[in-house]
Amino acid sequence: MKIVVLVKHVPEPTAAWRFADDLTLDRSAVEGRLSQLDEYAVEQAVRLGEAGVPVEITCLTMGPAPAADALRKALAMGGDRGVHVLDDALPGSDVLATSLVLAKAVQRIGFDLVVCGMASTDAEMSVVPAMVADRLGVPQASNAAELGTDGTTLTVRRETDSATEEIAVTLPAVVSVTDQSGEPRYPAFKAIMAARKKPVQTWSLADLGIDAADVGLAASATVVEDTQPRPPRAAGTVIVDDGDAAGRLAEYLATASFL
Amino acid sequence: MTAVLVLVERGGPGGSPVRKPSLELLTIARRIGEPAAVVCGPIDEATVDFLAGYGATAVYSADSPDLDEYLVVPKVEVLAEAVRQAAPAAVLVTSNPEGKDVAARLAVRLNSGIITDATDVAAGPDGPVVTQSVFAGGWTVRSRIRRGTPVITVRPNAARPERVADPVQPAVQPLAIELSDRARGARVVNRTPRASTGRPDLADAAIIVTGGRGVGAPEAFEVIERLADALGAAVGATRAVTDLSWRPHEMQIGQTGKTVAPQLYVAAGVSGAIQHLAGMQGSRTIVAVNKDPKAPIFEYADFGVVGDLHKVLPALINEIEKRKG
Ligand SMILES: Cc1cc2nc3c(=O)[nH]c(=O)nc-3n(C[C@H](O)[C@H](O)[C@H](O)COP(=O)(O)OP(=O)(O)OC[C@H]3O[C@@H](n4cnc5c(N)ncnc54)[C@H](O)[C@@H]3O)c2cc1C
Ligand SMILES: Nc1ncnc2c1ncn2[C@@H]1O[C@H](COP(=O)(O)O)[C@@H](O)[C@H]1O
Repeated sequence: MKIVVLVKHVPEPTAAWRFADDLTLDRSAVEGRLSQLDEYAVEQAVRLGEAGVPVEITCLTMGPAPAADALRKALAMGGDRGVHVLDDALPGSDVLATSLVLAKAVQRIGFDLVVCGMASTDAEMSVVPAMVADRLGVPQASNAAELGTDGTTLTVRRETDSATEEIAVTLPAVVSVTDQSGEPRYPAFKAIMAARKKPVQTWSLADLGIDAADVGLAASATVVEDTQPRPPRAAGTVIVDDGDAAGRLAEYLATASFL
Repeated sequence: MTAVLVLVERGGPGGSPVRKPSLELLTIARRIGEPAAVVCGPIDEATVDFLAGYGATAVYSADSPDLDEYLVVPKVEVLAEAVRQAAPAAVLVTSNPEGKDVAARLAVRLNSGIITDATDVAAGPDGPVVTQSVFAGGWTVRSRIRRGTPVITVRPNAARPERVADPVQPAVQPLAIELSDRARGARVVNRTPRASTGRPDLADAAIIVTGGRGVGAPEAFEVIERLADALGAAVGATRAVTDLSWRPHEMQIGQTGKTVAPQLYVAAGVSGAIQHLAGMQGSRTIVAVNKDPKAPIFEYADFGVVGDLHKVLPALINEIEKRKG
């Protein structure tokens, strides 16, 4: 079974992020890493293989040069090979363009299953998996907490707001997995060393037959009008409990008409 | 005036025919055009009247068991057909996992720009202007869509549902949909509804009481629930709590849980990690109880108590009961 895992290189979540002059996230200003939520995707792909179905796992990323590090990490976790789509025309791409590029690359790789994270920790839109699925013309199930497959059908358990659902998805398909799906492994030193020797290909837009005019900031279907930092919260009152805190808190809640 | 399509979710708490976030969308849609409701599943006159009461001037209705049995794609085909017929100024969908999947596929099919997680939508000279809160709630961004039919997913609580003074009788337009095999690729084999807790929904609760790892044990979490009941609030949890299986995942608030923005958010035994803050920073008033004065949550609290939650919360519950008399 050919699995493609979509992994994104994102700014470190705890760093202070800022906007660049073009009002996109300034990625050069902060350390990057493999999105923590995509580690769950790699983990699930590897586990499907460990559960008995023979798998060949390709990790795919679209991003600037440092995104190669995210790819190496994914390979250290168990991916077999990597594909990095890198092109000067890509920065500023919106989700339509991103999903176009990823879908074309997935097609070129060949796939039975595409595994994604539930959201990228920077853009947080949670739309790329559905968009890639639509472009590939295949079914998709989002937010899987548990995966299983016999090679022709993917079974998914997921928790919605109101129910637990069991879903049968006909392969080929796209799935996204949540952070409830099982803790990602921490690659051992040996695996990290071995990952350095795994094959990574770098593809340009030309390799994918995509016109540079269809991607990047200029082609974006959305435009940012303005950005503003959240006004700092007015400093609150902090009291230390000496036995009377509950009374004072109740008074505060009553004054604010919550009681 | 041009239509604004609203994908309506059926079935709200207390027997309402429509979920509250959909009423919020109808209210928002009136700012940019004439709301047209798209309803999947059986529709009756009472539901049509109800939708009209919130401003719907047209109703597109598609009914087929397939809409429930197969994930996402059937709804996308319904919406795409409604877009073809109505040529709307925008399509509004609730920002929840299913809504986002539907909106994402629709945007691809229309080759239209998409903006997710709107906290506000306003009319603008070049189409709807959408407000979002980004970077873990630290920044506010306003943007618009400049290609195709704007597809916008809107967070619950982005507006207060408002009735219209003089509803018009909406024309009901049935949509016949032919589902392709492709639309039947992801089938729901089993759906086990969860028992209702009887408490308000996290998504639209005015007050939320959240417990973190500091609560200490699954049995001890009861004090969070008792405070919630005293306040008429919904109960939330941090990922630490759901990871430990003290409480189920649907109670989780934060980056990989729910995003909430209640009037009052009470966090007890919660440290205030960035991924948790991402889901609750928009709350109007934040109260924190934590025994560590250096806990980051205090930087966001309007009222903070440094103390043991197992002393403070039971005493607070007593105070509240006393005041209620
Ligand atoms: C990719 C990713 C996604 C994540 N998504 C989420 C998410 O959606 N939601 C989420 O919540 N987290 C999320 N997290 C986890 C997050 O980083 C934190 O680990 C988590 O929020 C911590 O939960 P906590 O505050 O309950 O626990 P802790 O950080 O352990 O804090 C417990 C607090 O309780 C206090 N305390 C202890 N005993 C008492 C007492 N008796 N009385 C009063 N106070 C007491 C302590 O001082 C401490 O501050 C995510 C992490 C990652 C990496
Ligand atoms: N640039 C990218 N490269 C590879 N995968 C991506 C990229 N952007 C998004 N994805 C995948 O799509 C998922 C959801 O992303 P998003 O829709 O941006 O929240 C991520 O968890 C990844 O699996």
